[in-house]
Amino acid sequence: MSAVQTPERELPAALADSRGQGGRKVRNSIATVVVVLAFVIAVIPLVWILWTVIERGASLLVDSTWWLNSQRGITPRIVGGGAYHAIVGTLLQALATAVIAVPLGIMSAILLVEYGASRIARVVSFTVDILSGLPSIVAALFIYAFWITTLGFDRSGFAVSLALVLLMVPVVVRSTEEMLKLVPNELREASYALGVPKWKTIVRIVLPTAFSGILTGVLLGLARIMGETAPLLILVGYTQSINMDLFGGNMAALPLMINNDRQQALEPAVERVWAAALTLVLIVLVLNIAGRAIARFSSLKK
Amino acid sequence: MSSITGRSAVEQGPGPSGDNARGRRRLGDTLFGGGAGLAGVIVIVIVVFTGVFLAISAVPSVLDDKVNFLTSTEWQTSAGNLRFGILQILWTTVSISVIAMIIAVPLGVANALFLTQYAPKWLARPAATVIDLLAAIPSIVYGLWGIQVFAPHLTGLQTFLNDVLGWFPLFAGPVSTGTVFIAGIVLAVMVLPIITAMSREVFAQTPAANKEGALALGATKWEMIRTAVLPFGRAGVISAAMLGLGRALGETIAITIIVSSVAPGAGFFASWLQGGETFASKIANNAAEFNNPESTGAYIAAGLVLFVLTFVVNALARIVINRRKAFA
Repeated sequence: MSAVQTPERELPAALADSRGQGGRKVRNSIATVVVVLAFVIAVIPLVWILWTVIERGASLLVDSTWWLNSQRGITPRIVGGGAYHAIVGTLLQALATAVIAVPLGIMSAILLVEYGASRIARVVSFTVDILSGLPSIVAALFIYAFWITTLGFDRSGFAVSLALVLLMVPVVVRSTEEMLKLVPNELREASYALGVPKWKTIVRIVLPTAFSGILTGVLLGLARIMGETAPLLILVGYTQSINMDLFGGNMAALPLMINNDRQQALEPAVERVWAAALTLVLIVLVLNIAGRAIARFSSLKK
Repeated sequence: MSSITGRSAVEQGPGPSGDNARGRRRLGDTLFGGGAGLAGVIVIVIVVFTGVFLAISAVPSVLDDKVNFLTSTEWQTSAGNLRFGILQILWTTVSISVIAMIIAVPLGVANALFLTQYAPKWLARPAATVIDLLAAIPSIVYGLWGIQVFAPHLTGLQTFLNDVLGWFPLFAGPVSTGTVFIAGIVLAVMVLPIITAMSREVFAQTPAANKEGALALGATKWEMIRTAVLPFGRAGVISAAMLGLGRALGETIAITIIVSSVAPGAGFFASWLQGGETFASKIANNAAEFNNPESTGAYIAAGLVLFVLTFVVNALARIVINRRKAFA
């Protein structure tokens, strides 16, 4: 490799300004260092955050009290109580959200893929795009204006679930759509050739084939909504007691518990804030990793 | 895992017409197709309703507003004496997002290059997962970490910025702890996974012929990336940045926790080294004030502006990527 010395030689623009071999090598090395460094910089906050919540919150989680008791009667001065009320609240609200969002999302995805030629499918695709960019606080305001102001219901856990539906639907639609597109057309055609009606083909052939991918989407959607705080601030009040009723009264959830206790300066309360944060991170990460693992072992591959 | 490039894997044929031997539609097909259509209609109605209801709730308050909604920095929402304007809020919102973008876009692109061009095969996948996990951490945990763990480390840097650049409005004092600057950095980490994932997807699709061609001409790896990979992925990166921006504009709780709110009536200030409120954090901070339609309307008006902002940003992102698809 001798250095090209003739300036008349046509070189790509990017190469023309650095004809000395040395300069080009140095630039290449700098680029490599920068790119690797960028990755290291991206990993630092992840490790730092995880380490912080584990270091500051783990001590409470190893005690069964944390998982089985609420904060009823506990003041910031007292050590004790647990996050049971908040964990139950988070899980119940997520469940109520999933019951609405999953069928809605899957059916919408079927519309997009299996009936994709229709005009309605194009409009739905566009609206799902809008939904996926919708800030959670705007979703919460909409439910407030619609469900509470206009229809006259009280603030409740269910109102939160309604707002979360708006955030979960796009995740379920997009992931299901991805999977349905991966189902080989030969399967559909073989089924049609046997005289099986279209709806039965979808229900008995297409959906089972794409099942693991759909499940992944549902798990990732759940992970996303469980960490949402904005709708909780507006649509439900916090309580230190256990409330299993989605339709009445204040209801705790992990993000609310964190938000409620973070204003306290006393040691026992501060410790509980980090413990609640660790609990939330654990739940969300487990859902995430489970979703990814299922996707890994899926029969459909890109 | 949304695919944002290329054509769909299935070019969907129409399938059977759903007629049975006697030429009548099967009941099952009618019901099922109707069900899918209904789900679609519900999704459309939800989105339309969102805009409509926010507008209906916001309009009366905006009409009653005694000051200019767009150019005032006041925020008084007691019923009967509405004086609110979004200028300061808009400035803070945009500032935080701009800081986040300045950091996250180059970092995200560099990360995407690392994952697609530099990382050895055995590392690429776990490394991508690690970055995706950044997106899994709930916002409230980011907020908590940002103000209690991360912010103290930046006190020195902020004081330095103020000492050196204090004459410039963006870095004017007095320096506070929960600042726009810190929130911008934390937000950069939060939107990094989105930008990385999308850029990664477009870079991975660079035609091998282009890359091999560059290398065959004697280009170094970096020159190959500059001449083949980056130009090919430009539209995807712009689109990724837009989606990240949309996410940043709407972030609520992390900003609420990190950025200290400022006493009302302070007049307009531009500094990044002080507190402030974004659209989202303004609404979250004052959820307790939602006790009469008039003051609620003021906050919903702020929410509506945020909705429009994010909508425009996301729409631009889609337009960029769809134009690219047409040439793909």
